[in-house]
Amino acid sequence: MLKIKLPSEIKKIKGLKAGDTILISGSIYTARDQAHKRLAEAIEKGRALPFALRGQVIYYCGPTPRPKGRIIGSCGPTTSSRMDAFTPVLLKAGIAGMIGKGRRAERVLEAIKRHRAAYFLAYAGCGALISGYVTKMELVAFGELGPEAIYRLEVRDLPLIVGIDTNGRSIYG
Amino acid sequence: MASRIITAAKIRDTVERLCIDANLVLRRDVLAALKKAYAAEPNKRARGILFAIIKNAALAKKNKLAICQDTGLVTVFVQLGEDARIRRGLKEAINKGVELGYRRGFLRNSVIKDPLLRGSPHYQPALIHIDMIKGKGLKLTVMPKGFGCENKTRLKMFNPTATIEEIKSFIVSAVKEAGPDACPPYILGVGIGGTADYAVFIAKKALIRNINKPNNQQHISKLEKDLLKEVNRLNIGPMGLGGEATALAVNIESFPTHIAGLPVAVNISCHALRSAAASL
Repeated sequence: MLKIKLPSEIKKIKGLKAGDTILISGSIYTARDQAHKRLAEAIEKGRALPFALRGQVIYYCGPTPRPKGRIIGSCGPTTSSRMDAFTPVLLKAGIAGMIGKGRRAERVLEAIKRHRAAYFLAYAGCGALISGYVTKMELVAFGELGPEAIYRLEVRDLPLIVGIDTNGRSIYG
Repeated sequence: MASRIITAAKIRDTVERLCIDANLVLRRDVLAALKKAYAAEPNKRARGILFAIIKNAALAKKNKLAICQDTGLVTVFVQLGEDARIRRGLKEAINKGVELGYRRGFLRNSVIKDPLLRGSPHYQPALIHIDMIKGKGLKLTVMPKGFGCENKTRLKMFNPTATIEEIKSFIVSAVKEAGPDACPPYILGVGIGGTADYAVFIAKKALIRNINKPNNQQHISKLEKDLLKEVNRLNIGPMGLGGEATALAVNIESFPTHIAGLPVAVNISCHALRSAAASL
């Protein structure tokens, strides 16, 4: 199984095909509905961003609070389609990949192809399982949003399925 | 004859415990259905995903983590005995219990106080449905349902002359529309009859019934069985990546309705169907 280290080996995604299974290690950033809205607004208005988007992978996830003695709470993927309206803007701003669950809109597929990015599926509804792959978590921005804040996660060998490859081909056909 | 008083503290503590139980320990009937689906699934990738789902449930229980990070907007079904004696403050006690349970169980604060203004998330209020029953008791059922699947809810007001095939086709189409997005394999809650709002309510309530237990009316249980077969021919499968396990069960509740109508509601649950109940 192909292993990819993020963000240093992000170029490896170009060789992937929809349906492939991979293991990722390194850093990813959580962002869901409200964080997307804020990031897209900041990009459109030319304001400073809380982290450099170029070459990074975003995880659609709002974890449960961290129990004592653990690195992170339950942290599975949320439904990706709610981010569809903002995704083309974020891709244009340089993000290289997204992790979530479910289908994407046609315009997201086109934007993924245009920017040679990729969309990955994480095991859906398996937040307790996924928490075991996270080795570090730190708040990056929007702490007041609680679970919807942006966190930087370090993961080790997190299994993912390629949902949409860099040629815009989708696993859902 | 003086009946015992059910105190607000007792209600609060019970709800606190039920919130944690429901979120951390997968329902036994659901876990058994997942294991059965895993054993029967011919699709290799689907088997792998079902294996992960079953492992997730075990890890959640062992590590005291939420089965799913979406610990929902809590719905509490209250069955209140007509002769039950409760000191004032039933709703406050329930909401307090939810707050305490969610904090103690490290469950997610996913509730926004204003749907338009949004803002910072909270743990409650819970949605509380109160139903009167005979006796002195009080039964509480806590159901934390995530919004990935809640967003796929469908309601259709059919003509009273609609055929059973039209109704089936609507229910199946709700599953097709949900597709891979709402964490299949699903459990379908279906409500037939009543008013628009009541059909949706009983569709959700159907989900708290043991999924191995068919509806006790024969024509309804037949519909449950037929629909499950039909849905599992869609090849949506776990995560929507194909397979036979598109749904684990179909639970239907029905209610008398008006001569001019036939409301049908579908409230889909993801594979992490969670609820816990206690009688006081």
